[in-house]
Amino acid sequence: MRDDRRSDDAAARADAQEAELHRLMVAAQGGDAAAYRELLRAVALRLRAFLRRRMTRLPDDVEDLVQETLLAMHNQRHTYDPSQPVTAWLHAIARYKLVDLLRRRARHEALNDPIDDVDAALLAVDAREGGVQRDLAALLGRLPERQRLPIVLMKLEGLSVIETAQRTGMSPSAVKVGVHRGLKALAAQLRADRADRES
Amino acid sequence: MRTDDLIDLLARHEPARPPRRGVSALLLSLALAVPAATLLMAPLLGINPQLRAYLALPMFWVKAGFGLALAASAALLVLRLARPGVRAGAARYAPAVPVLGLWLLALAALVAAPAGRASELVFGSSWRSCPPSILALSLPVLAGALLALRRMAPTQLAAAGAAAGLLAGGLGAAIYALHCPELAAPFLATWYVVGALLPMALGAWLGPRVLRW
Repeated sequence: MRDDRRSDDAAARADAQEAELHRLMVAAQGGDAAAYRELLRAVALRLRAFLRRRMTRLPDDVEDLVQETLLAMHNQRHTYDPSQPVTAWLHAIARYKLVDLLRRRARHEALNDPIDDVDAALLAVDAREGGVQRDLAALLGRLPERQRLPIVLMKLEGLSVIETAQRTGMSPSAVKVGVHRGLKALAAQLRADRADRES
Repeated sequence: MRTDDLIDLLARHEPARPPRRGVSALLLSLALAVPAATLLMAPLLGINPQLRAYLALPMFWVKAGFGLALAASAALLVLRLARPGVRAGAARYAPAVPVLGLWLLALAALVAAPAGRASELVFGSSWRSCPPSILALSLPVLAGALLALRRMAPTQLAAAGAAAGLLAGGLGAAIYALHCPELAAPFLATWYVVGALLPMALGAWLGPRVLRW
């Protein structure tokens, strides 16, 4: 009886969380930056708990993978269809990134951490941000100018598309493309960098 | 960079990014790859000189229809596997339907065949060249389907690659039907199926290598 009540309670919490994340995700896809920031914060807390529990033997890599997964989610967020549970989408991406890391690591050390589907609803949260092994700001510095400048001016300094275009002499559409491609290139660099450090 | 700073960076000035199911990217790549494969075939293999007469034969349409049905069922699977958290589900068994249909036809033809003619029905006159030709014609389509998948986010890379390969194999078979003179169901049930499975195996191998993100 007690277990039944506990699982009912967890299911109710999962439903409430799903409704909230879904609302934020749909707003984010529609261009609501505040909703998007709130979504990413909520997701980061859950990702960290999800990954920390499964990476007990790689504690120093947790925060790196949190960041890599957030960036991957960002770059692929057009693949979320609002008719689908957002938790399932997030869980599949987190799992994919974790398996990708463990598979690479398995070549160097035997790892048997089970990747089970416990907590598929991503209910647990963890606010203790760990240190990172590699600095995204340094990787950003390695991007070509036409990608780096739009990201630095728009995304770090907060200029608008028009202001960034005027400052760089690029066209507004080239600025947008630069941000988009730059963040994709950054994700690719993260993966390449991880492969370098492991070989 | 701290995670909170990354979140601020990602969210700031972020334009709308409407959901995409990948349908248009896949159709665009097929719209380029299928004519390319057909153009590739005309000089290399040649169009069947009797094609006009073949158009009146039901078995020609069984042959072309098999490839198209296989491609259509595989395309649905590709689109499901292109998005995280969408399970392949029952769509994973759909490509078996045209194969089983063809096998039933082949079985009926073999049962009805006069004694001693079975091997002729299976091997025809071109069994050696059939599977490699289908594989070759499927390559442009496989490349196009994998490029379309790279714009999405498959999480089961071998399965997504295999589905792309089956899509390519189905279309390769349909294009090869424009050249192929064979009409016996046992031939099609054997060599067309082998021909479509080759690009599927290639796609399953390529998936984990080219679809990572």
